[in-house]
Amino acid sequence: MNRDSNAYTFIFATLMVLVVASVLAFTASSLKDLQDSNVRKEKMQNILATIGVETDREQAETLYNKYITGELSLTSSGDLDQEVIAFEINLNNELKKPANEQRFPLYEASVEGEKYYIVPLRGAGLWNAIWGYIALEEDKNTIKGAVFDHVGETAGLGAEITQEWFQNRFLGEKVFDQNGNLVGINVSKTNNDPKDLDKDDHEVDAISGATITGDGVTNMIHERLNHYLPYLKAAEQTVALNQ
Amino acid sequence: MPEKKATLLFVNKEREPLFSKKNRKLLSDPMDDNNPITVQVLGICSALAITVQLKPAVVMSISVMAVMAASNVIISILRNLIPNRIRIIVQLVVVASVVILVDQILRAYAYDVSKELSIFIGLIITNCIVMGRLEAFALGNGVWKSFLDGIGNAAGYGVILILVAFFRELFGSGKLFGFQVIPDAVYEMGYVNNGLMLLSPMALITVGILIWIQRSRNRTLIEKN
Repeated sequence: MNRDSNAYTFIFATLMVLVVASVLAFTASSLKDLQDSNVRKEKMQNILATIGVETDREQAETLYNKYITGELSLTSSGDLDQEVIAFEINLNNELKKPANEQRFPLYEASVEGEKYYIVPLRGAGLWNAIWGYIALEEDKNTIKGAVFDHVGETAGLGAEITQEWFQNRFLGEKVFDQNGNLVGINVSKTNNDPKDLDKDDHEVDAISGATITGDGVTNMIHERLNHYLPYLKAAEQTVALNQ
Repeated sequence: MPEKKATLLFVNKEREPLFSKKNRKLLSDPMDDNNPITVQVLGICSALAITVQLKPAVVMSISVMAVMAASNVIISILRNLIPNRIRIIVQLVVVASVVILVDQILRAYAYDVSKELSIFIGLIITNCIVMGRLEAFALGNGVWKSFLDGIGNAAGYGVILILVAFFRELFGSGKLFGFQVIPDAVYEMGYVNNGLMLLSPMALITVGILIWIQRSRNRTLIEKN
């Protein structure tokens, strides 16, 4: 058949599409379970990393079950939703719903007698989504640890939010000010505190050339923590009442 | 009659040795005289984006090499079957499929590597060098030659990427591969990292300087007009 005829072109294009689609679909579906398992374990690794437990993927599940004492799905008013499994909550989907319909996952952990609250975060970076986890100490104010990740921030610039040197800046910072208002953490270029010695300024140094990604981190922390206020405040009142 | 047929079957084609002079040139030319970035002027985008640090530059070079080798071979095998009018589309489909396949396999079996690579996936598919060599070479040449051409061009691309990333990371953040190279003593004397090196314009200027050096060494590359 003539290679440049219409009939041949159509047949070739159709065959090519069929072959490519089948090969890719077959690969994706046969590898799906392995891939999902990797993603789950990575999630556990990240949650553990915020409370200072470093682990590889093999040990992640064991250590997760050891240190994480509770998985809660909260509504916007701070009530528990028993139907929804917190670990399975997909923040990407939740963020598309109006606030009063969203479910907010919260993880409670206990390491050597110390209690921690771990809040999953998700927001917008420069090019695409950024997300992470932030762990608060028992006072629900001081940050124990933070882990960030992204889809498509620029390598060497916005992508540096995944690096330990950036995440370590958040250790010890406080998210509430003196009057009990939620201020979050400001990733700032005017911090003037490169060694991050001042832990009461609610600020950390930004990354040069990654302004918008840094702003995304600031906004994400503030926006997400806001939704947990009803639960966190109620928990404090319960403690106060019981004392 | 049967004798004639037998002779035809056993006519020996002169087979070029696998690493003949011409084939070796396919590997060595793109490293200098026919470098995809500095001479063919392809793939500039990733040369600017990926070269802020050395590590992503190396990862990118290896990935591009794998993709170019695979897609050059596939297109070369199919070259007599592809209709002329849709050849660009076919090239694009082949490149995209190879990249997606690699990404899927990595995500299942080498998850950490795939996380490093996830940013580069889109950049590889749109890299002009990949499609450029498919169009200029693989469509008209045999499988082994196309394979060598893919490896050679990817190596030439990698060399430039690593050179640019070396200077950008060194002068822009005082590090190489993430390890601090410029001693603290130098910083205390007043040396400051050149922040401009972290931004794309300096990458372009660095590539320009490399082109300048290359053409000073090899005058034949200078255009006559």
